[in-house]
Amino acid sequence: MRERGSWRLALGWLVALALVVSLYLVFVYAPTERTMGDIQRMFYWHVATAWNAFLAFFVVFVMSLLYLFTGSRRWDIVAVSSAEIGVMFTTLVLITGPLWARPVWGIWWTWDARLTTTLILWFIYVAYLVLRAAVEGREQQARFAAVFGIIGFVDVPIVYMSIHWWRGQHPEAVITTSGISLSPEMLVALIFSVLTFTALYAYLLLQRIAAERLADEVGKLKERARNA
Amino acid sequence: MSFLSKVLALVEKDFRAEFRTKEMLSVMLIFALLVVVIFGFAFNPTSQVTRKIFPGILWVAFFFAGVLGLNHSFTRERYNQALHGLMIAPVDRSALYFSKVLSNMAFMLIVELVATPVFLVFFDYSPAGRLPGLVSVVLLATFGFVAVGTFLAALAANTRTSQILLPILLFPVVVPVVIAAVQLTAATLAGSSTASFAAWLRVLVVYDIIFLVVPFLLFDYLLEV
Repeated sequence: MRERGSWRLALGWLVALALVVSLYLVFVYAPTERTMGDIQRMFYWHVATAWNAFLAFFVVFVMSLLYLFTGSRRWDIVAVSSAEIGVMFTTLVLITGPLWARPVWGIWWTWDARLTTTLILWFIYVAYLVLRAAVEGREQQARFAAVFGIIGFVDVPIVYMSIHWWRGQHPEAVITTSGISLSPEMLVALIFSVLTFTALYAYLLLQRIAAERLADEVGKLKERARNA
Repeated sequence: MSFLSKVLALVEKDFRAEFRTKEMLSVMLIFALLVVVIFGFAFNPTSQVTRKIFPGILWVAFFFAGVLGLNHSFTRERYNQALHGLMIAPVDRSALYFSKVLSNMAFMLIVELVATPVFLVFFDYSPAGRLPGLVSVVLLATFGFVAVGTFLAALAANTRTSQILLPILLFPVVVPVVIAAVQLTAATLAGSSTASFAAWLRVLVVYDIIFLVVPFLLFDYLLEV
């Protein structure tokens, strides 16, 4: 247990260092975008958090399937950990998105497919966490959460397509392309940020899993103390 | 007994239980009417703008009333351990799911059938489209809502906060149905069937199939004890 803890600690410091490097790349190394100006620097961490939010929810889906097939608490622990981190990343995406959109598009929010799907995604996984809190009994909690984790994930592509077509009927939306042509420096900053945040996701996931295992351990000890 | 007759027997049970008291149907119906009256106060019912958003108002009322019914469909089985009785009945668990989908669907359709003419009168709305189009839209949209709603209602019924949990589980998942239903109803009521009409119909059909098959596969996991 201690051995693994020190590995996690090392990963944590590595991620911290990478975040500092990423800040340097984003604010100093990458050139200022011509039309949008400095606000475009939001883009690097925005994309990095968005990608990891989707990754986190995909992990929830896979772990939910594994849990239903095996019934092992191990997968459930990963699922709940990943869902919490995913909600956090999605919240960051939903905050940084409008902050970037306001100066560039002139509006905080547009009902375009990607934005709106992200919002619905946020609602689905907040509901997932609320559901977990409302179920009594470890085993039932895991089972219900896994079932909802699967339903929610299956729904996402349909939500995306339907919102896409829904907006398609209102051609007044001018902002369909966020097509920024990236210079090589920008690409470096972007790729480095995405990798850094993926490592951050992995680090948070490991920490959260460890915390959940400790909670299980404490539960068992309490049980034993009560029976003694 | 074949699978179908088992399902129908369970549906009959739901109908008998409901029509003895009619408590759920009456609440759903009154609630749907109230939603429309509230909308009437919130927006001027005679203005041109309100007529444009009429299909949306209609479906908000149906979906909200539907949630009331869905909530009741499983929580009422908790009295006298009725759900346990159903679970030890010699039927497949999926028969239980399909029967609940059918009876919930029937209750929602009754509400829609009674409420729609009243809405048309209240908002002085004269529909221009043909009836079969509207009927197929209502059937497909209601089915999608009920198929996933019944499943999530069964899920929510076993939680501490069942009644208040269902809406926040259901509405994010059912977004495609909401969009498609409103788009299609607007098109049929206006009497304009464009190319996008078929596309939206396809969205509904795909949604209906997916959310009949996935809950069918997962329903066993909900009722383990």
